[in-house]
Amino acid sequence: MSLIDKVSPARETTRAGERGPKRAPFLTSRRRDALTGYAFITPQLLGIVGFVLFPLALVFYYSFNEWNVLAGTFKSVGGANYEKLLADPQLPSVLAATTVFSICLVGINIPLALLLAVLLNRQGKGITVFRTIFFSPVVVSVVAWTLVWGFMLQDNGGINGILQTFGITGPNWLRTGPTAMAAVVTTYVFKNVGLNMVLFLAALQGVPSELYEAAKVDGATRWVLLRRITLPLISPTLLLTIIITIVGSLQAFAQIAVLTQGGPGLSTTVLVYYVFQQAFEFHHFGYGSTLSLLLFVIVLVLTVVQWQMRKKWVFHEN
Amino acid sequence: MRTKPTVPRLLFRQAGKKLRWSRIALYAGLAIMALPFVMPTWWMMISSFKTVNELLAFPPTIWPNTPTIEAYIQAFTFQPFARQYFNSLYIAAIVTITTMITSSLAGYAFARIRFRGQNVLFLIVLTGMLVPTEVTIIPLFQMFNSLGLINTHWPLILVTAIGAPSVLATFIMRQFFIALPVELEEAARLDGLGRTAIWWKIAMPLAKSALAAVAIFTFLHVWNLYLEPTVYLSSPELFTLPQALTRFTDAYSGPMWNVQMAAATMTAVPVLIVFVFAQRQFVEGLAQSGLKG
Repeated sequence: MSLIDKVSPARETTRAGERGPKRAPFLTSRRRDALTGYAFITPQLLGIVGFVLFPLALVFYYSFNEWNVLAGTFKSVGGANYEKLLADPQLPSVLAATTVFSICLVGINIPLALLLAVLLNRQGKGITVFRTIFFSPVVVSVVAWTLVWGFMLQDNGGINGILQTFGITGPNWLRTGPTAMAAVVTTYVFKNVGLNMVLFLAALQGVPSELYEAAKVDGATRWVLLRRITLPLISPTLLLTIIITIVGSLQAFAQIAVLTQGGPGLSTTVLVYYVFQQAFEFHHFGYGSTLSLLLFVIVLVLTVVQWQMRKKWVFHEN
Repeated sequence: MRTKPTVPRLLFRQAGKKLRWSRIALYAGLAIMALPFVMPTWWMMISSFKTVNELLAFPPTIWPNTPTIEAYIQAFTFQPFARQYFNSLYIAAIVTITTMITSSLAGYAFARIRFRGQNVLFLIVLTGMLVPTEVTIIPLFQMFNSLGLINTHWPLILVTAIGAPSVLATFIMRQFFIALPVELEEAARLDGLGRTAIWWKIAMPLAKSALAAVAIFTFLHVWNLYLEPTVYLSSPELFTLPQALTRFTDAYSGPMWNVQMAAATMTAVPVLIVFVFAQRQFVEGLAQSGLKG
């Protein structure tokens, strides 16, 4: 798994025309090649300029305006949206929910994925079946998956039904703050943990077995093997998956919209859902854009951290 | 992976026994852990065949007493579900094919062709990875609104096929083409083939694995889109599946669970079946996107 993230200059592949005394045709073929290159990247570049960079500039622009869609008014308000952001009484709890959501997700997802990967890092017919099972929710439609969990987590749903048979009266999961957050996290973890598991499995298979052999000869226990050999060697993957999981959690809209609509109260209103509410439910496009910028800054910081780490942590096996 | 321990003959049997017990314990533990991964899908399918009365029966039944396909019939009558299914399929197909073409064109050019400003342009493309759609959804909505394209499928198709979500595909294709030996292409070049012909006839057939990865994660991404259709679409006959699934509600806006589960089953199970048959490609494709995403 070597990841090249330096923008390396493309290889010189044009050798045709380098020999022979004629220079003019060579130049035109070079030029034609370059033109082909520009033509090849045009659709992608148009998409990025038109649907990423231009909208991003608009987000900045909107954040200095107040735009009431219903009244049809659009006026410049300077930094008012930013003042509103700092004074927004709901924002602290939104950011708290976002943080709790991300931390819980990472805290459960990563260890679970690692545990599954360690357990499944062996040969055997049954093992393949289990790998398939743990990975399968990844390919189930997010909304379908979330709906089923919502169905099971109702007060009189399947989960409380199962608990009832053991004589436990389960809570009304989606109607109280802490259990609602736990429900969203659980739903999300079981859906996506298979992806991290696969990444860890790939990393584990890159650990040379000689190291284990040598350590076993020295009488190392399994725990020591894990602590001293496995974890240090797969640390690049570990860091990557942590960042990927956090960035992914910042984009978790469907789970929350389907399961709790941000409730009860604000307990599961994470930032991305708050942006959606402000813009598309309350029609505060200006303020929604300011919140979008906040989301962008958080994602940007995390992604830059990830790239820095990648640079530091990439191992080239060859 | 265990290596057979070299033990004296006498102990060999015992060692074998111990091995078997630890394996049984492992499988038992895995089976328990697998429950929350399997149960929801099972529950979804089972509930879709239950009568309304049995849906929330206490204790819950693991098998429907009187299986019925009523919910499936209702799903198609309550909403234009066939139409919505078609919407999801055709949007996913168009976006996937477009992304495969545009990303392999761009990826090939960035990997193989020299042109001025290449690195800067590649960095510009990479900015797409830094800006999730969630951040730009407000201006995108406004842009398409002023173009009169709200409540059409255009924003979904265009933004997903060549906007931010497609950058990952371009990145993966570029990585692949960088690693591809140039000798074949050079031979073709000497035979007088032009760039476009080389890309189409030589490079693309060799890139099957990378293209499969791109196709799989693009398809799943489009199949799962929820925020975008929610923002762009308001007519039920234009809805995509994820959006439609949440709209099976009765007059009191309480969910019609059995119909919802039937619709969810129809949405999820075909993809699951394809996954079981094309596991390796799925896992590799998604792992690739995970690594680089």
